[in-house]
Amino acid sequence: MSRLTVFGLLGLVIRRDLLLAMRRRADVLTTLIFFVMVVSLFPLGVGPEPDMLRKMAGGVLWVAALLSSMLSLPRMFSADHIDGTLEQMMLAPQSLTVMVLGKIVAHWMLSGLPLVLIAPVLGLQFDMPADAIGVLMLALLLGTPVLSMIGAVGAALTLGLRGGGVLVSLLVLPLTIPVLIFGAGAVEAVSGGMDAASNLSLLGAFLLFALVFSPFVAAQALRISME
Amino acid sequence: MAINWFKYSAPSTFYGLAGKLTPWFAWPAALLFAVGLYIGFFVAPTDAIQSEAYRIIFIHVPASILSMFLYLIMAGYAALGLIFKTRLSSMMASALAPTGALFALISLWTGALWGKPMWGAWWVWDARLTSELILLFLYLGFIALQASIEDPRRADKASALLAIVGSVNVPIIYYSVQWWNTLHQGATIKMTGTSMHVAMQQSMFTVLVACWLYAIAMGLSRVRSIILEREANTQWVKELPEVKQ
Repeated sequence: MSRLTVFGLLGLVIRRDLLLAMRRRADVLTTLIFFVMVVSLFPLGVGPEPDMLRKMAGGVLWVAALLSSMLSLPRMFSADHIDGTLEQMMLAPQSLTVMVLGKIVAHWMLSGLPLVLIAPVLGLQFDMPADAIGVLMLALLLGTPVLSMIGAVGAALTLGLRGGGVLVSLLVLPLTIPVLIFGAGAVEAVSGGMDAASNLSLLGAFLLFALVFSPFVAAQALRISME
Repeated sequence: MAINWFKYSAPSTFYGLAGKLTPWFAWPAALLFAVGLYIGFFVAPTDAIQSEAYRIIFIHVPASILSMFLYLIMAGYAALGLIFKTRLSSMMASALAPTGALFALISLWTGALWGKPMWGAWWVWDARLTSELILLFLYLGFIALQASIEDPRRADKASALLAIVGSVNVPIIYYSVQWWNTLHQGATIKMTGTSMHVAMQQSMFTVLVACWLYAIAMGLSRVRSIILEREANTQWVKELPEVKQ
């Protein structure tokens, strides 16, 4: 067997997860459809006044993104847990932290990235101006990976528990509130004619902070859940 | 004489010690609550700006302080249990969680009662209020995770990890009034020179000490129940006089 570099391992895990997801496309699509549906419910619930919709668009899209990322969290490790792949991953001589990072990246590409790409269409539904849509996409691009990373810790802790789906939301949602505040704050700042740079910088800081710690913490959580 | 420092780190020996200590914390707590609240309601003068409504500070501030400190202490015990695999530390962490959640709830509740006459609203979405609410959610998440895992060892470890991750929030609450310019007033008690009347200080500190003693008493008596529950199959529990009856 040839020696595997860290990036080789990372690529291998990401490729495998993406391939598995492509064989079961329905799972990926459900998350996306859920996101579109939740966002579309708001104008029906609060009324179609364009002024109000424009004002709340950023917050609504962020909350919907948060909820739909919760929806896909239990899937992050559970299939590998059931068929025993996860156990083999832990026995492998390679770093579990890197493998978890690979799974997080794959999860984000399947659940976060589609949201970022479809957000502008939904923004138009809410009559958002073009510059606000640009900032919204940038904020989602920085923020949704953080959701996947924090979510990975929660998903690992609740692995194999009954009622794990609700429990993981209960654990993860409070921790994602800062991302929500600054993500929606960036959109609001631009709509109010201010600079979104400070909000986006904070989101970037969250991303780097989570990137350093969350794969390791999630790997430890997996070890706790699997022993 | 050599002292065995770890004698009381075994649940079987700590059970008896905790039972003996509980009244020594519980009675002074009740006494100090009565004294502190008496000073607060009858001795302390009326505030120049906030008139009588400010008096809720004597409950609000100690409860808020305790809710933050107890989270850190709980996370500390949980971390000890995770690192050194000491069972009693994990039991202490889960014994403190409900008391901490209670203080967080009291802090939010009294804050709402205070906010209505002062700000004209029960609740404002200000940084300190929001982060205190997150703290309550973190306590509830800790309790829920522990409750849903059947194997106590896994429950201890998993909730310990959650508590450590969540402790990031505590400094955010504490400094939120300084970092963001919010509606919530800044710290009144400072190390150098407070802006309070002496009677107000006395009352607040008395209630604060009472809250500490109450938290310790509750923690000790709850840890006794947890020890009994987890060690139910051991010989020493079966030989306890209160179990034998």
